Amino acid sequence: MNNFCKLSAHELADPTAENKIKAADIASSVISRYDEVDSRVSGFVNFDKGAVTDRAARLDNLDESCRQGFSLPNVPVVLKDNICVKGELTTCASKILQGFKPPYDATVVSRLKSAGVLLLGKSNMDEFAFGSSCETSCYGPTKNPYDLERIPGGSSGGAAALIASDQAILALGSDTGGSIRQPAALCGVVGLKPTYGRVSRYGLIAFGSSLDQIGPITKDVRDCAMLLSVIAGYDKLDSTSADVPVPDYTKSLMGAVKGMRIGLPKEYFIQGLDKGVKAKIDEAISVYKGLGADIRQISLPHTEYAVSCYYIIGCSEASSNMARFDGMQYGYRYQEANKKYALIDMCMRTRGEAFGLEAKRRIILGTYSLSSGYYDAYYLKACKVRALIKADFDKAFNECDMILTPTTPTTAFKIGEKIEDPLAMYLSDIFTIPSNLAGIPAISLPCGYDERGLPIGMQLMARHFEEEKLLRAAYSYEQNAGWKKVKPVL
Amino acid sequence: MKYTTIIGLEIHLQISTRTKAFCSCENGFGKEPNTSVCPVCLGMPGSLPVLNRQYLYRAVKTALALNCEVARRMKFDRKNYFYPDLPKNYQISQYDMPLSQNGFLEIMTTGGIKKIGITRAHMEEDAGKLIHDEGGSSSFIDLNRAGTPLLEIVSEPDISSPDEAYTYLKTLKSVLEYLDVSDCNMEEGSLRCDANISLMPAGEKGLGTKVELKNMNSFKAIRQGLEYEQDRQAKILSSGGVIVQQTRLWNEKKKITELMRTKEEAHDYRYFPDPDLNDFIIERDTVLMLKKSLPEMPRAKMNRFVKEYNLSEYDACLLTSDRRMADFMEESVKLYPKPKVIANWLTGGVQAYLNEHNCRFSQIAINAGMFVDMIRLIDSKLISNNMAKDVLEEMISSGVPAKDIVKKKGFLQITDKTAIESIAADVLQSNPKVKEDYLSGKKNALGFLIGQIMKKSQGKADPVMAGQALKKLLEAGHEGV
Repeated sequence: MNNFCKLSAHELADPTAENKIKAADIASSVISRYDEVDSRVSGFVNFDKGAVTDRAARLDNLDESCRQGFSLPNVPVVLKDNICVKGELTTCASKILQGFKPPYDATVVSRLKSAGVLLLGKSNMDEFAFGSSCETSCYGPTKNPYDLERIPGGSSGGAAALIASDQAILALGSDTGGSIRQPAALCGVVGLKPTYGRVSRYGLIAFGSSLDQIGPITKDVRDCAMLLSVIAGYDKLDSTSADVPVPDYTKSLMGAVKGMRIGLPKEYFIQGLDKGVKAKIDEAISVYKGLGADIRQISLPHTEYAVSCYYIIGCSEASSNMARFDGMQYGYRYQEANKKYALIDMCMRTRGEAFGLEAKRRIILGTYSLSSGYYDAYYLKACKVRALIKADFDKAFNECDMILTPTTPTTAFKIGEKIEDPLAMYLSDIFTIPSNLAGIPAISLPCGYDERGLPIGMQLMARHFEEEKLLRAAYSYEQNAGWKKVKPVL
Repeated sequence: MKYTTIIGLEIHLQISTRTKAFCSCENGFGKEPNTSVCPVCLGMPGSLPVLNRQYLYRAVKTALALNCEVARRMKFDRKNYFYPDLPKNYQISQYDMPLSQNGFLEIMTTGGIKKIGITRAHMEEDAGKLIHDEGGSSSFIDLNRAGTPLLEIVSEPDISSPDEAYTYLKTLKSVLEYLDVSDCNMEEGSLRCDANISLMPAGEKGLGTKVELKNMNSFKAIRQGLEYEQDRQAKILSSGGVIVQQTRLWNEKKKITELMRTKEEAHDYRYFPDPDLNDFIIERDTVLMLKKSLPEMPRAKMNRFVKEYNLSEYDACLLTSDRRMADFMEESVKLYPKPKVIANWLTGGVQAYLNEHNCRFSQIAINAGMFVDMIRLIDSKLISNNMAKDVLEEMISSGVPAKDIVKKKGFLQITDKTAIESIAADVLQSNPKVKEDYLSGKKNALGFLIGQIMKKSQGKADPVMAGQALKKLLEAGHEGV
C-alpha cells in the first residue's frame, strides 16, 4: 500500500494536482502505517481506527463546492492530547482525565476542520505537558524513531515521533517552555512556537497560561508555514489572543536572508553544550554566512536565571490550573470515600491516585511559591526576572534581526536516564525557555545528525509577530543546507 | 461599662446583565438547575474567560454613584480555594488593582446626615449553589449561578450601630435601584451582606477584635444579628472576657449567632494575577460617558422635592426612597400641580396600602392619570376623604378608574344643600333625646347627629355640610321655643 504520510502537506494538498487523493485512501494508509510501526514508537494515544475511517468517508462525501475553500484538504493531522476535540477523548495523558470527552472544539480544531483536514487522533505527551522526555504519560513513554531506546523529547514527544515516523503529516503541539521545539529537534522535524497570542489557546488544557502556545510540528518549513496560516489569528474566546492581521506565511518563504543580522548569544554557547551539537550549529552558521547574512555576537545577560524563573511562574500557574481536577465534574473519581469525610476524602484520594509524580511535584512547588509569606520571594521575584529577560531580548533585537542558538544542549538521551533527576531533566529546556518568558516566536529546524545518527536542531528567535522572518530564514537554510535527510529505520 | 460599636459591611451584589461575567450564558434566576451553563462557567479544562462589557459598564456606574475613584488600569486575580460549588476551584476576583476605591455614601441618621466611607467596590464572579438533601446523605450542585457577575462593595468601619447599618443598607439599596443595575432581591441572593463588628470601651481609640457575621438573609436579620452580637460582645467584655477573632453565622430560627470558624482556620487564598485575562485600561471617555448617563440620585432628588414642591424632608425622603414612587410623584404633579396634596396621598393612602399588602410601588397597577383623576374628585368635593380611601384601595387592587368605581358603588358625595337639610330634619325628628342634649349644652351630641346623617345617606353626604345643616336647624328650633 501507498504510504501517503511520506508526503508533505504541500505535496498532498497541492492545488495544481490533477487527481486529488481520496481521504479514504489516506485513512487506510495511515491505519496500515500505524499497524506497522506504532507498537514500537507508541506515538499515538486514543487512536480510533473506526473514527478515522468515518471522518474520511465524510470528507469524501462532501460536495466539490464545499471542498473549494479547503486549504489543507484530506491532510492527516494529529493533535497533542491536551487539545480539546468535541466528543473525542482528551486526557492530557493523565489518569485524572480518564474518559473525558470535551463538549466543545478548541478554536484551532474548528479552524483545522474548516480547512478540510483529516483528524487522526491524539498523540502522546508528558502528563499535562509536565516534562521534557515524554516519559511521564499515564500511557507509558513514546520512543524516539531514530533510536527506540531513547526519548523523543517532551512534552509534545508523541507528535514529533509521529511526524518523524511518517504516521502523520501535520501535528499540533503545545509549547510552554520548549515542548514543541525540543522534541522537534530530537526527532529531526520542524517545530514552531508562535508569538504568545498569535494562536488562540481556547481549548488547550492549560499548563502555564501566560507561557502556553499552540504551534505546528511538521516535516518541513513550508508545511509549518501552511499550518500556521490556518491556525493563527484573533479569537474572541481568548482574551489573550492578539488582534493582529495574519499574513499568508507561505508567500513570505521565498525572500533572501542577505544582509539579515543574525545574533549569536554568548550565553548559549557554553560548557555542557554537546560537541556534536556545537559542530552542526557551527556548520549552519556557515551556511547563513554563505547566504550573505551578517553574523554577530550578542549577549542575553539574564539567561542563567531563565530556568528557575520559568519553573516558579509555570508551576505557580499550573498549581492553580490543576485545581479544577478534583473528581467532582469529570474524569477519574475515587469511589469508596470514607462516609464521614466523604467529600474531602474523595477529592484527596482522587488527586492522590490519579496525578503522576511530576504533576504532584509541580503542584506542590507552585502552591508553595504562591502561598502567603513566600509569594514575594518566589512568584513576585520571578515576575521581575521575567521582565529583565524580556528587556534582554528587546535590547538584543536592536542589534540583530534574529537570534540563532542550538535548540537543545544534547541529542536525545536514553529512556530512564534523567527521570530520577528532575533538575537535570529541567535543563533540557534551557535554550527554549527564554522565548516563552518573553513571548517571542521561535522555531526549531533540523541541522544534521550526531555521530550516533541522532537528529540535531537549530533554533531561531525573532521579535513578536515576526514569524514571517523566522520562516523565511528557516526555509532559506533548508533549501541551501546541503546535508541529506535520513529517515529513521523502523 | 459603656462601649462604642464599630461596624463595617461587605455587600455582594449581583449585577443584572444579559449574560454572565465571563461567558455568553444567560444570566438569570430561577431556571432548571444546570441549564444555563457552558464550558467557561463550568470551568471545563481548556475553556477561557472573556470579560462582559455590560458588566464592566454597570459596575463602573455603580462605583461612580458611590462616589468612588474608578481605576485607570485594573486587573483580575485568582482567589484559590477548593469548594464543590466552585468549578475551577478558584474564583476570578480583584485583589490589589480593583475597579474602584475611596467612595462614600451619605445616610440620614437621627443625628443628621452621616458619611459612610466605601473602601472599595470590586468585580468578581459568583460560585454555584449546593442543595443539601435534608435527612438524606446526598448533596446536589446547581451551577447556573456560577459565573454570575458580582460587585463586592466594602464599607469603612464607619457604622456605629445596628440601626445605622440598617439605614446604610436601605440607602444603598435605594441608590442601586435608581441605577437599575441589580434587582437587589435578598431572597434570590442578588444582594448578600456580611458584617464585621467590634466593640471598644467608650472613649478609647483603635479597633477591638472583630467578629465576622454571615448568613443574614434580610435587612431585618442583619439588624437583629448585629444587635445580638453587640450584646454578646458587651457581656463578654463586661465580665472581663476577651473577644476571639472568628466568623459566626446568624441562626434565623434561634435568633442567635453561632461559631463557624476561628482565625486559625482562615484560608490562604494564594491570590495572583489571572493569566487568562489581560490588564484592563478603562478609558476616561467611557467613564465620562457613564457618569453622564447616571440618573438623579435619591439624595439630590430629595433636596429638589423639598425645594420645588415645598415638602418636609421626611416626606421627600419617603417619596424618593423608591425610584418608582418618586417618578410617579413627578408625573402626577405635571398633570395636576398640587404637589402637597399628591404627596399626602402617596405617603398616606398609597403607602398604607403598600405596607398592608407587603408589596413595592412597582408591583401595583396604578398610573398617574388615574391617580390624579381621583384627587380631582376629592378636590371638587364629589367624594369625601373617607370615601376616597376605599376608592383608592379598590383602584389600586383592580386598576379600575376612580370615576367608574364611584359610579358603580353610587359613591358620589351629596353636596346638595336642600337634600342634606331634609336628611338632617329627619334625623332630628327621630332623635328627640339627643336634640335635647345638644340644646341643653352638650355640644358633642352634634357628632352623633352628623354620624346619623352619614349613615342615612350611606356615607355620601358631605360631613361639613351636614354639620352646617344641623346647626342651622337646631338654632332655628331653639329660637322658636
